[in-house]
Parts: sequence; C-alpha cells; structure tokens
Amino acid sequence: MDFAISGEVIHPAYLVTVGFVIGALGGFFGVGGSFLAGPALFAVGVPMNYVVGTDMAHITGKSIVAARHHRALGNVDIKLGLLMVIGTVIGVEVGAQAIEALERRGNVEVPVGISFTVILLAVSALIAWESWRTIRQGRALRAPKPPTLVDITSLSHVTRKVHAIRIPPMISLPASGIPAISLWVILGVALVGGVFAGFLGGGAGYVRMPMLVYLIGAPTHVAVGTDLFEIVISAGYGTFTHALKGNVDIIIALVMHTGAAIGAQIGVQLTRHFSGPRIRLAFVPLPLIGAAVVIYKLLTGTEVG
Amino acid sequence: MPRRPQPSVRELMVELALYAVLVVGYLSGVLLLIDDRVAELAVETGVLYAVVALALIVGQGFLLDIVVENLLRFVRSWMNGR
Repeated sequence: MDFAISGEVIHPAYLVTVGFVIGALGGFFGVGGSFLAGPALFAVGVPMNYVVGTDMAHITGKSIVAARHHRALGNVDIKLGLLMVIGTVIGVEVGAQAIEALERRGNVEVPVGISFTVILLAVSALIAWESWRTIRQGRALRAPKPPTLVDITSLSHVTRKVHAIRIPPMISLPASGIPAISLWVILGVALVGGVFAGFLGGGAGYVRMPMLVYLIGAPTHVAVGTDLFEIVISAGYGTFTHALKGNVDIIIALVMHTGAAIGAQIGVQLTRHFSGPRIRLAFVPLPLIGAAVVIYKLLTGTEVG
Repeated sequence: MPRRPQPSVRELMVELALYAVLVVGYLSGVLLLIDDRVAELAVETGVLYAVVALALIVGQGFLLDIVVENLLRFVRSWMNGR
C-alpha cells in the first residue's frame, strides 16, 4: 500500500498487526506503546520524523478506545488524570530543556542514559519483587475482585508515607479511594513521568503507571485507566503539534488503528480477570523494554520511540 | 458515563466483529473519498492538515465506539423484544 504523505510503501497487514499488539498491551497495562510502535515503523523504513508524529496519532486513537472502555468499567479517575496532565506537560518540557542545556555543556548523553537505564531496571526489579511477594503471601487471592477501590501492595507503607505529606492544597480523589493527598505529590509524580517522556520520547507509561500505584496509591486497575485517559490528552496535543510540523502520516495511523482498536478492547476486558498484583507482575518486562530503548539510543544515536 | 454492564464473551465477540466491520468501513471510506485531498493538505496547509488529522483519528476512536455501543443497545433490545 502506497502512503502518499510520507512516501512509503508498507503492507497494511503489517501495520494492522503491529497496531493490534500495541492496542492489546495498551488496554491491559495502560501504556501508549511507543517503545514498540516506534521501532516497528522505523524497521519498515518510515523516516524518523514521521515515526514520532504518526506514532502519536495512532496512540491517541487507541487510547481513546481503551480509556472509554476502562471508564465503563469504573477504572478512570478523571480528576487525577487532568491534574497529571499539568505535571506531565511541564515535565516533558523540563526534560527536553534539561537535556538540551546539558548537551550544550558537553556530551552528557551517556551518563544521563546510563542513569535512566539503572532507574528503569530498578523499577522493573521493584515491581517484580513487590508483586511476586504479594502474590506469594496469598494476599492477592483475598483481594476483592476488580473493579474495586481496594488494592493490595507490599509497598503500602510507602504509600502511607506519601499520603502523610500534608503540603496544602490537599485534595480528595474519591474515584481512586484516596481521601486526601497533597496536590504537589500528584504534580511531582506527573513531573517525573514527564521528564522521562521528554528524554526518552513517547509517553513513558512504564514509569508513570507504577508511580500511580505505589506513590499516589491508586488501585492498579484505576492506574491503568487513568494513565490511558492522560495519554489521550497528551498524545492528542502531540499529534496536533507534530501534524503542524508535517510529521504525521495520518493514513498510516488510521490503518494501524484498525488493529489497535480491536486489541485495546481485548486488553481492557482482560484486566477484569486479573488481580492488581498479577497485572503488575505481567508489567515487569515493560520498563526493561524502556531500558533497551535507551541502550539502543546510546549505541546508535537513533531515537526509536 | 454510567458504568456499563460487563459483557459476556459472546457479547464481546459480537461487539468486536461489529467494530471490526465499522472500522474497516471507516478506513475504506477515508481512503476512497479523501486520501488524495488529505495528502494535498499535508503539503499545502499545516494548520488545516493538523485539524483534519486529529479529527480523523479522534473520529475513528471516539465516534465508532459510540456507534457500536448504540448499535449493540439496539440489537439487544430487538433480541429481547422478539
């Protein structure tokens, strides 16, 4: 199939299949999936500027479908999602500006990249340890069936310490079952996620989703749905700005979305059959993929997401 | 949005099949009717292309989902009425 905007010829079945896989992962884990979509488009010769913009457009459509279905299951905290958008946008800008400023002073890509890799490996190891421990203790089996505002983690003492930060304004998040939490904690968490996104590209959901669970204290299912809701807004904004710069082949995105929309619905429905700790355990490889993206970028100097 | 009743596997399969037909129809419509025009817009006018691109992807994601939801509601009420 000839895609006139980017000037590429790609088999539509390839795009639909890639979209389906990313849709299913996104619906289940609450991530955008740029760490897979980026390399998949790049692998068939799509120019890098089109990879980033087209990926954004496809993620917007897929996240709309997944977020709508998660909302129908009661898994979206809109108030939390909207507040997170503010922190994420600032974080993306801070991350991008910081990298540029550091680059002007010299070659900092290697030390920063190694730091991010270590953080992502640590996140993966932490989630693996925590979810495995929770499941082994049998606590997951006693956990109420989703959808629920009660989730069990082995790091609940960390969440309690975060909730003990009483810097005003304090806000309540009834949809997540959180009576009071400092607004600055939410913005801080979103900011950190945004900085990762600014450095790595994509949405960095593999960092934000665990932070939503362990630091904010959102139940895993709500964290997945809320992260997708936030991605709709941030990726929609990204689509518009990239399209203005001529970086979006919307026809490629639409073809990918035919598979992604189906995959996203399957991914969302699958979350009904898994407890929070089991979703988190299955999530473990995602930060590892993020680490692989950083290592690839360091070795080749090429963006992949 | 009110919480929807959770669908059975059969209902989900019907929903996905219906969605697949509509999404392929939507894409075919775009390719047949406005593909060339969209490609021209991408070269000529950045702002209009950005608006159209966002509208197309949001339309595919949001509107089709609403159409499927309403079609399923109609089918369910029709089946119950028989």
